[in-house]
Parts: sequence; C-alpha cells; structure tokens
Amino acid sequence: MHKSILHKLISYTLLPCLLLILSAMPVHAKEAPNVSADPVLEKHVMAIAEELRCLVCQNQTIADSHADLAIDLRNQVREKLAQGMSDRDVIDFMVQRYGDFVLYRPPVKATTWLLWFGPFLFLVGGIFFLGLKLKRRARDLPVVTLSEAEKTRVTALLASTTESKDKT
Amino acid sequence: MKRFLWPLAAFIALVVFLGVGLRLNPREVPSPLIGKPVPAFQLTQLLDADKTISDRDMAGQVWLLNVWASWCVSCRQEHPILVEFAKANVVPIIGLNYKDGRQDGADWLAKFGNPYRVSAFDSAGRVGIDFGVYGVPETFVIDKHGVIRYKQIGPITPEVITDKLLPLIKELNRA
Amino acid sequence: MIPEIGNFAIMLALCLALVQSILPIAGSFRGNQRWMALARPAAYGQFIFITFAFVCLVYAFVSNDFSVAYVASNSNSTLPVYYRVSGTWGGHEGSLLLWTQMLVLWTLAVALFSRQLPQETVARVLGVMGLISVGFLCFMLFTSDPFDRLLPAAADGNDLNPLLQDFGMIVHPPLLYMGYVGFSVAFAFAIAALMGGQLDAAWARRSRPWTLVAWMFLTLGIFLGSFWAYYELGWGGWWFWDAVENASFMPWLVGTALIHSLAVTEKRGSFKNWTVLLAIMAFSLSLLGTFLVRSGVLTSVHAFATDPRRGLFILVFLTIVIGGSLLLFAWRAPKVGLGGRFSLFSRESLLLANNVLLVVAAGTVFLGTLYPLFLDALDLGKISVGPPYFEAVFVPLMIPALLLMAIGPFVRWKESKWQDVWRNLRWVGAATLLLALAAVVTLTASPMLVFGLAVAAWILLATGWQLLQRLRHAPAGTSLLLRISSLPRSYWGMLIAHAGIGVFVVGVTLVKGMETANDVRMQIGDTTSAGGYVFRFTDLKDIQGPNYTATQAVFEVTRDGKTIAIMKPEKRLFTVQNMPMTEAAIDRGFTRDLYLALGEPVNKTTWIVRVQHKPFVCWIWAGCLIIAFGGLMAALDRRYRVSRRKRQEEGSAIPSDPLPNTATARG
Repeated sequence: MHKSILHKLISYTLLPCLLLILSAMPVHAKEAPNVSADPVLEKHVMAIAEELRCLVCQNQTIADSHADLAIDLRNQVREKLAQGMSDRDVIDFMVQRYGDFVLYRPPVKATTWLLWFGPFLFLVGGIFFLGLKLKRRARDLPVVTLSEAEKTRVTALLASTTESKDKT
Repeated sequence: MKRFLWPLAAFIALVVFLGVGLRLNPREVPSPLIGKPVPAFQLTQLLDADKTISDRDMAGQVWLLNVWASWCVSCRQEHPILVEFAKANVVPIIGLNYKDGRQDGADWLAKFGNPYRVSAFDSAGRVGIDFGVYGVPETFVIDKHGVIRYKQIGPITPEVITDKLLPLIKELNRA
Repeated sequence: MIPEIGNFAIMLALCLALVQSILPIAGSFRGNQRWMALARPAAYGQFIFITFAFVCLVYAFVSNDFSVAYVASNSNSTLPVYYRVSGTWGGHEGSLLLWTQMLVLWTLAVALFSRQLPQETVARVLGVMGLISVGFLCFMLFTSDPFDRLLPAAADGNDLNPLLQDFGMIVHPPLLYMGYVGFSVAFAFAIAALMGGQLDAAWARRSRPWTLVAWMFLTLGIFLGSFWAYYELGWGGWWFWDAVENASFMPWLVGTALIHSLAVTEKRGSFKNWTVLLAIMAFSLSLLGTFLVRSGVLTSVHAFATDPRRGLFILVFLTIVIGGSLLLFAWRAPKVGLGGRFSLFSRESLLLANNVLLVVAAGTVFLGTLYPLFLDALDLGKISVGPPYFEAVFVPLMIPALLLMAIGPFVRWKESKWQDVWRNLRWVGAATLLLALAAVVTLTASPMLVFGLAVAAWILLATGWQLLQRLRHAPAGTSLLLRISSLPRSYWGMLIAHAGIGVFVVGVTLVKGMETANDVRMQIGDTTSAGGYVFRFTDLKDIQGPNYTATQAVFEVTRDGKTIAIMKPEKRLFTVQNMPMTEAAIDRGFTRDLYLALGEPVNKTTWIVRVQHKPFVCWIWAGCLIIAFGGLMAALDRRYRVSRRKRQEEGSAIPSDPLPNTATARG
C-alpha cells in the first residue's frame, strides 16, 4: 500500500533498466553454421578435393590443407561445380594445368599399369613360385620308409614319452 | 646357383634407379603446358587500372611472363637479375602480379625496379591457376605463335639466363 | 672443448669398429683365436666411446653451446630443457649419432649374452655388426659431423622445429631406431651362418629372440609415430602412407615374415634359404629407409635437410652391405639342405603362404613408394602416389593373410587334414557369420565395415578357441593355473600378438567406417554437435608459453545435458621460427575420441573449428601395444635360456647343438 522510496526506486527505475538490458542482449547460444552456405555442394567439393594433391604441402590433399593454394583450388572447384561442370571435367581441368602429379590417386595409363597391376601380378607370381617350389621339394626329398623293426621301436619310444606329449 | 643370383640382380637394378634419383628433384612439378597454347587472359594493368593487358597483345613476338608478388621472398632474389636482363632488351617481359595488393605491388616495383613492360594484376590468382602456378616466382617463355615453350620454376639465376633462356629465345626468334 | 672431445671419441670408436670387424672375421676363417677374441673387448670399447660422444652432444645442447653448428640449427635458449635433450636427435647429424648409439647398444647386448655361442660365431656376428658401425661412423665423420663448429658462434639458435617439440618426439625415434638397428642382429647372425656354411636349426634358435625383440621395438616405434601424428598434426589422421612411414612399415612386414620363418626353421629345419634371405631383406629395408629419409630422393614430412652428396655416400654403403650379403647368399645358398618333408596342407605350407603374402605386401608398399622415382628416372613423366593407391591395393592383399592367421595355429606340423581343421573351426566360422549379420542389422553398416568386423571377429574368436582347446588338452585334474603356466611363452606370444591384430582391425574398421568430421564457423556461445555430443564454445583467450604465444579456445562438451569434458584446442605461434601450429584437443575414450582443432580465424571473435568424432580409434593403439607385448612374451620363452641354465648345471660351455627333434605341436 504504502510503497517505500526504496520500493519505488526498484520498481520504477532499476527493474525497467534491468529488463531493458536483458532484452538488448542477443541470445548467443545458437547452432554454429557450417563453413559454406550449401552443405550439399560443400560435400561434393570435398569429395573432389580429396582426389587432388596440395602441391605446396607435404602429402596432403587440398581438402585437408589450409595453404593458400589449396584454398584457391578448392574455390575453383566449388565455382566449377556450381557452374555445372561434371566431376570428370573438374579433375581434367586441374590435370591440364598441373599435370598428373596433382592427382592424389595415380591415374591408370600405360605408364602406371605396372603400378596398379603389379601387386596382383606379384601375388599370382608368388603363389605360383610357391607351388613350384613345394612340388620340386616333394620331388627332391627322399621318402623315408621304416622297416618293421624300426616301426616297433618307434611305437615303444613314443609310448614312453606320452606324458611329455600331453604336457604341451 | 643362377636362380640365387636373382635377388642380387634386382638389387643392382634398384641401386641404379636410386642413383639416378639422386639427381632429380621430387618436389618439382613439370608443367603440362609446355607445347600448348598460352592460356587466354585479360587483366587490368597493375600500374594503370584503366588499361588492360591480354595474351593477344603479345602475339607475333617472343615474350616472357614472370609471375611475382611483393610478399614473395625469392622474388627479391631474382628481381635484380631480371632488371638487368630487361635492360638488355632481348625480349619483352610481362609481369603477372599474383595474389597481391595493387598498392603493395606498385610500391615494390617503385622500390626495387620495374623490368616489366606491363604487369598484369591477378589479385584472385585465377590466371595463375590457369598457368599452373603453384609457387612464386615462375617464368614462362612464349613464342611468336602464343605457344608456351619453357617454364622456369623458382628464381631466375644468371646461369639460367645464359644456359636456357638466351639460346631458346634466339631459336624462337629465328623461326 | 667438449665438442672436440666428443668428435675425438667418435674417431676412436671408428678405430675400434675397424678392429672389431676386420680381425675377428679374418680370424674366424684362419682359426686365429687371438684375433677372434678381439671382438668382445672392441665392442665394449666402441660402446663406451659412442656413449661418451652422445653425452657430449647432449651436453652441448643443454648448455646452449651455439658454437656447434648442429646445436645452433636445432635448439634455442628458450627451449625447455627436455626438448633440448630430445633436440639432440631432431636433425640429421644427431639422429645418425642416435642410430650409431643404438647399434653399439645392440652390439653390447650381443657381446654380453652370447657366452654359450662358439667363438667363431661370436667373432663373425660381432664382426658384421662392426662393419655396419664402420659405415655409419665414416658417414658421420666425413659428411655429417654433429660436432662441426659454427664460427663465429650464433647468438641464439634456430629453435627445434615446433612439430618436434612434443613428448612423442622424445620417445619415437629412439624406439624406432632400436627396431631398425635390431634387425642388424638377425642380419649379422644370418651372414655369420652363411660365412660358416652352417645354416641349421641352431642358428634359427639363436636368431629368434633377438629378432623378436627388434620386431617388438619396431612395432612400438611405428605405433608411437602414428599416435604422435594423430595428436600433433592437428587433422586427426594417423597414417598417411608417407614415404618415410612406408620406409618403416616395409621392414616391419618383412620382419613379421622373418619371425614366422625362423619359427619353422627352428622347429623343422626347413626354409633355411628363405629365412636367410628374409633376414637380409629386413635389414636392407632398414638401411634403405635410412637412405630415403636423408638423400632427398623422395619428398616426405619426415625428410631431413637433404644433400645429394650424403645420399650418394649412403647409396654406396648400401650397395656394399646388401650387394655383398646377396652375393654371399648366392654363393652359399645352393649348398644348403632342404630340411624336413611336409605335405601340401601343413603348418609349414601355411607359414610359407603367410611369408609370400607378407613379402608381396611389402613389395607393394615398395612399388608405390618408389614408383614416382622410377617414372621420373626413366623420363616418363611425374606422378604422385598417395593414400588412395595404397588403400586400394594393400588392404585386399592383407585379407588372405588375416584369414589364414586364424587357421594356422589349428594346422599341425608336417601333415594335417583339412577335415580336422574344418571340424575345429566350423563353429568359429558360424559365430563370425552371425556377428556379421548382427552388425548389418544393428549398425546399418556398409559392406566394408561389416567385412572388416567379420575379419576381426574371425581372428579373435579363432584365437580364443585355440587357447581354449589347448587348455583343455591337459590330463584331467590339473588346475587351471598349472595348465596356463605350462603353456610355453612363445605360444602365449603368438596368441597375444594375433589377438592384437584382431583388436587393431576392429579399430581401423570402425574409425574408417564411422568417423565424422565437420568444419564449422563458431563464435563464443555457439554450439555444434557430433556423434551425439554437443560442443559449446565458451571462451577464447591468449596465453603465453615458454617459446610460443597462443590463442586458446575453451569448449564445453556435453551429452544428454551432462558435462563430459572441457576441451582446449590452441593455435600456437612459435616465436623464433615464426611458425604457426595447431594443438588439437582430444578427449580420449574407450569407445570414441572427440577431436577438436582450430582452423583459421575469420575475425577476432570467430574461428573455423574442425570437429571430429572418431569411434574406437584407441583400439588401434591398444592393438599395436598388444602386438608388441606378444612379441615380448615370445622373446622371453624359457627355452632361450635353457642353454645358460644347463651350462650352469653341467659346468661347461655348451657347443651349438641342434634342438632335439620334438614332434609335439608346440606353438
């Protein structure tokens, strides 16, 4: 009823001020936006960027690198994709300017047949060589046959060492 | 005995390759543009934003394109050599100011000398990408028909001028 | 003064190395006892002098002696003390001294633990190791002296590369070099055996523990390199198929083939030529790795400052060592006997197949690493071979090896019936298929993911089943404890190492199949989410380190409202070299890692942040550690110490005798 001066002070000045201040503060806790405006395009850009080598880095793709050239090339890729260029064409665009070296995955051409098919050839060759060796070995090693007397001796010996056999 | 010599033979072959490899530079990316026509470009001039410079302006003569920037440390090394070379007036040198600020580039030229007939202003670096530029400085030799004949990766040294550039330019001028 | 003394110590070590190599080996052929007896003392002497030189170099670093050129280029007065110590091996010259230090350590170990070996063998083994020492010491003294002076002295140093200012860097090279250099012991034993024309089971038995320990160290070294790259490089990768990584992986693959091959030669006397060749190859690959890092022939993050002249020296050294050993091999190999017979389906055949697969895998890595060089040398153009190649080619190659790994222990020596093996493994196979099905249903996983998990399950289940079978094999009534302790340690080693591989495969499969990475633009108050966790950017501050300044971001991580962690990624600027570095924040967990790294600042309050969720990545590390532990177990097998005990009991030196032919199926 009888509002004290303090009460008046609070209700008519401090409180409104507080409310004013509170309303002026923007709500900060928002979900952080992705770096680019179009996440679908960005994914596409990254997919291609992962096939291109960063020429000024040590063994990185332009997707991973923060180097200037990498950023420039990513921008180029983004532009070209936005213009509607196909994946193949964007990559060819880069290869025309920088050569095969810019491809992170080596191309399959005559000079790289050995690279791509070599391992498979090694494997086949290795197995073939192994088979050959095993056959030759079977041929070269004499087959040991035991006489009857030797066979009984063997059985006796084995019987006496049964406990050690079980112990492994 | 013979089949046990195979590992040794393979090893010797490997050593030969490694020996040759010692003379090569694994970081150098050779240009696929050699023998191909110069990429078309049209850019404003560094020192005069109202004027443009394009590859067509240089058709019919042998010319050099030197990619440089004011932030590039190695360019400082090659610049005096370029300035000297330009004085000899053997071949016109066009500069490509790569990813630089207009004022920074102009100041740099004012300070260290301007060997270029004209410098093209490529602030976005797009023309650089068209030329396959990946490190500054780089220099291209282009013939009368607009075909790129040689790319120098890294700074130009007096040896490069005498051993590579001068003979090539002479030969291209004769054609 | 100290650097000069250190330099002199290296020269003295070279003299001792010459004595250690030339005289004992010559003596072993001439039967000269006195010459052969020089090997051990020379080895001890070499160890003392090299260790002394190494201490001198460390002293130069710690005392900030910038009149030594190497210290000036790799250290700085603001560098914390522990990095000054590790800076000793941060550059080319110092790391060579570390290599040599490891070599003399191994030589010392061989000299100390070879009492039971015949004098000829000791002379030859130590002699060969001495020859390798000679090579490295000459290399140091003539081209890469760590004690070269810089006059006038620098006011302060260039600082250690910021990437190397890290705990991982302190431990990774020493462990790795212990592995690389350790293969020189197996190599030396092989050469000694070839020299003497005495390739037998005894040789394999002696070689095996040394090889196992070297292999264990190499496993740990590679693991550390990977672990370190993961947290230090800032983009969450852990293996890049970089030339130098491959250079350490190749000897590991061949080393794995070697330890399996040694097992066969030791037990069955078979594969002798093949085992010797593998021993030569493993060490050759170590040396090749040394060449690749220091010659400038390949580009790599790891490459030291290169100089073709140094490359030439190592190449010549490589040619002499490897060429010489292969020549010796070609000469002696035809005379070596074939050993025991075995049928097409037997443990011997499977181990041979394993060897072929591992060597082909190593060959593939070799091909991919050196192919750009081959093409460039032949002037056929310039290509680059990156991870997509290796992943496409290497993984399919390893699958058969992984599958066989589970089957091998169930197959008997000499002769086995596939029906028996099938009977043993069919339930394991069924369980694996069931698990695969479960994975498809619950994880909605890709075929690759399911296949990877199935392979891991196959390995783990088969290994566990194998253990169970063996434990059941004892006579009724024996306690579990007795059964466990009666199994030889080498058997445990095998089980543990194989299980480790299974764990490793789980980690790799799940990380590659399910990891997520996102680049987001954030300012204080913003949130982002990954893998069910919410990351809130709460603070940004500037901090000062001993030799760097940094911007540190603080993130609060919550899940279902509960706070899980506070993560503080940093962007550091190292003042001396003016080099920026990303210090990622990692929250490690048993089933996942959360990985935060600062990218570039957009403005004063907004940064681009890379948020990654990596499921089960620590299983990769755990797998590696388990594998290494398996190796250690196998090396500690009691039978390698039987000779010593027997000697003590009988009171006489036991000459080399072949192991009695045990028909038992020991692991």
